[in-house]
Amino acid sequence: MKIEAKFSALKNVKPHEYFVRFLFGGLVTVLAGLIAKRYGPGVGGLFLAFPAIFPATATLVEKHEKQKMHRAGLHGSRRGRSAAAVDAAGTSIGAIGLFFFAVIVWFYLPGHPAWIVLLVAGCAWFAISVLIWVIRKRI
Amino acid sequence: MTDLLLRFLFGGLIVSGFAVLGDIFRPKSFAGLFGAAPSVALATLSLTIASKGHIYAATEARSMTLGAIAFIVYASAASFLLMRYKPPALLVSSALLFLWLGGSLGLWFLLLK
Repeated sequence: MKIEAKFSALKNVKPHEYFVRFLFGGLVTVLAGLIAKRYGPGVGGLFLAFPAIFPATATLVEKHEKQKMHRAGLHGSRRGRSAAAVDAAGTSIGAIGLFFFAVIVWFYLPGHPAWIVLLVAGCAWFAISVLIWVIRKRI
Repeated sequence: MTDLLLRFLFGGLIVSGFAVLGDIFRPKSFAGLFGAAPSVALATLSLTIASKGHIYAATEARSMTLGAIAFIVYASAASFLLMRYKPPALLVSSALLFLWLGGSLGLWFLLLK
């Protein structure tokens, strides 16, 4: 399956939908900091892998697919939820990449420049996620 | 207060940036990868490294591995339930946050406490 970048899709996202995701992202980052301050880095670290915007994204995917079906004269609820399920399957693969991101930061941050470790970990997240996605598509 | 505001702005920007990437890419299963981007981690770790140092941030990353395992279970369960029973996406994704919380805290108690 071909991967495409469709910039026109951004026209379908309303300003308040961008705002909601900004708000969720900001609040979860603040929450992670506050929890680490109160309960220590052990518990606080768990929240670095909190599904921050997944509920907002899944809801948007469902809504946009439903609107597309409405324009075609169909109800579209079931189709919208299936689209959200496919999105969630991709997210579960991304979460495997997230695990390796955390492992790299955990092992290499002490004793190495932070920006290099974060850059390598970010690239590893992307490469591992894409690799698993490609393998899964081919099976 | 400045620290919290900085966290809010930095976190919001990085999370929104990855969300835009998720909007752009097709197919949907590929776009879904960005739903688990290390956005909160990048924002938090950068600020934590600057204020508390490498060792403290590495300890957070160690716990993050468990949060990520709980995230894999969370997203897989959401995908299964949405595909099999077709409930509203908001209901499933919000209700399952308790599964993520219970799973990650449970793993932390078992393995790291």
